[in-house]
Amino acid sequence: MAVDMRLPTARKLISLPGSLSNAEGKHLVVPGDVITSDTGFMRGHGTYMDDEKLTASVAGEVERVNKLICVKPLKTRFNGEVGDVVVGRITEVQQKRWKVETNSRLDSVLLLSSVNLPGGELRRRSAEDELSMRDYLQEGDLISAEVQSVFSDGALSLHTRSLKYGKLGQGVLVQVSPSLVKRQKTHFHNLPCGASIILGNNGFLWLYPTPGHQDEEAGGYYTSLEPVALSDREVISRLRNCLLALAAHKVLLYDTSVLYCYESSLSHQIKDILKPETMDEIVMETRQRLLDQEG
Amino acid sequence: MATVQVSEAEKVYIMHGVRDDLRVDGRGCEDYRHMEVETDVVSNTDGSAKVSLGHTDVLVGIKAEIGKPKPAVPNEGYVEFFVDCSANATPEFEGRGGEELGVELSNTLYKVFNNRHSLDLRSLCICPGEHCWVLYIDVLLLQCDGNLFDAMSVAIKAALFNTRIPKVQVSEDEEGGKEIELSDDPYDCMRLDVTNVPCIVTLSKIGHRHVVDATLQEKACSVASLLISITHKGLVTCVRKLGVGSLDPDSIFEMTEVRNTGTEHPVQTHTRTHTHTHTYIYISEHYSYFFI
Repeated sequence: MAVDMRLPTARKLISLPGSLSNAEGKHLVVPGDVITSDTGFMRGHGTYMDDEKLTASVAGEVERVNKLICVKPLKTRFNGEVGDVVVGRITEVQQKRWKVETNSRLDSVLLLSSVNLPGGELRRRSAEDELSMRDYLQEGDLISAEVQSVFSDGALSLHTRSLKYGKLGQGVLVQVSPSLVKRQKTHFHNLPCGASIILGNNGFLWLYPTPGHQDEEAGGYYTSLEPVALSDREVISRLRNCLLALAAHKVLLYDTSVLYCYESSLSHQIKDILKPETMDEIVMETRQRLLDQEG
Repeated sequence: MATVQVSEAEKVYIMHGVRDDLRVDGRGCEDYRHMEVETDVVSNTDGSAKVSLGHTDVLVGIKAEIGKPKPAVPNEGYVEFFVDCSANATPEFEGRGGEELGVELSNTLYKVFNNRHSLDLRSLCICPGEHCWVLYIDVLLLQCDGNLFDAMSVAIKAALFNTRIPKVQVSEDEEGGKEIELSDDPYDCMRLDVTNVPCIVTLSKIGHRHVVDATLQEKACSVASLLISITHKGLVTCVRKLGVGSLDPDSIFEMTEVRNTGTEHPVQTHTRTHTHTHTYIYISEHYSYFFI
């Protein structure tokens, strides 16, 4: 047994040649920073007026759309939009609905009428279904879903009306800030390294062994409790640590960045990836490769 | 205690992982997460330390004050523990929510540390029966991510190592009244001997195996855990079972056996590395690894 103890060290900021440094590329602010004293602009999210000056109320990047100035926070709760893919955890079973924790400010709801129940898509929801809601999803279960609509108070309504959504089986959940997940056409990836990943827009990332064949009949509510092979486990654990390393260094997460990070971590043991100096090394290699790829 | 929700399938995944000796974060069953120790972090204490183990963050501050010795042991000082569960760690601790856990933790700390084998309480005596040093050890939980006890014990040991107690002089005047004089020189101080201060190793039973340094998710899968506090000489000062479940006498035996026999003496090496780390901290080494 080894116990690794150390003094905390400050992380060195390394800017790669060819990358845009913070000063030239992005306008970054912290709360209280004056963004502009020009009154001709409109006040957007993450800003407030202080003595006629537009001031940032969150730490993040300034975004300008014509006359509107917003600050996109680095660390935030999830602000859902229709069509976002989310991973969430059931916190409560209520009348005709489940409450789902999705890292947004209010709990999201999943209506019984917006799930695919086993045995056909166009089935009427009967009173019996209502009584057996806990058989499908119970407290603590993880689901993947899509945002169907946003209520006026900002709460999200989810749906799982597709075979790709539904209850999640065996795997590992990683939580990061939602602003680190890159918006893409698809958030479901079967990575070539042998595992699959769901990059939820809400910052919940789900790693699971790539399913061999889809069981159509179960409608996504059947979970296999068969042991996962050790080789799959190793890949998943490595990916998990890579995701945490990338998140710690604030690298945008999408299939390519995750895969590059996985490949650069291969020379290290899985449990060593989270050590600060290894993390630095792996993430730097990943960033370099991403830059090279951009050209 | 701070808990997380874990679905059945996740539990199965974690338990099978422990069975295969590959945990979710890639560690084996007997691996610790890497630990960061920082001493002398709070300026208005006599000794302080901050330990982070994964996302578990513990801050310990020690204040030495002059008090009256307990009548039963007139020639010894004593220590007082207080554990504060900050609402920053988890919203459950808001208001009085963390009180129960705090009391439970500090009671356990009493059992572990407040005995003459772990701390030389006699060195805290100033005037037998009249004055002694009282060490107020305040523990602040900043973040909970499992394995609170181990992190706390390391932080307490580091803070005790860091503690400087001013030297005092007792002078007697003509009427026989005693006067205590504190030295003005801040460097004229007494250090505590921490070699025998125990470290806690918590073993959580998951499935048929046990793991050290369980994360919150792993803790949710375990029904019971065994807390063992042990000094570098191998002296066990406290054994406690935590959690609602029960442990088979055989498995308790197996858990302690694995720790204490064999060529490696994992618990002892753990504590020994720990004491070494302090010497390293003292000479401000950047960081130090210990592989045994």
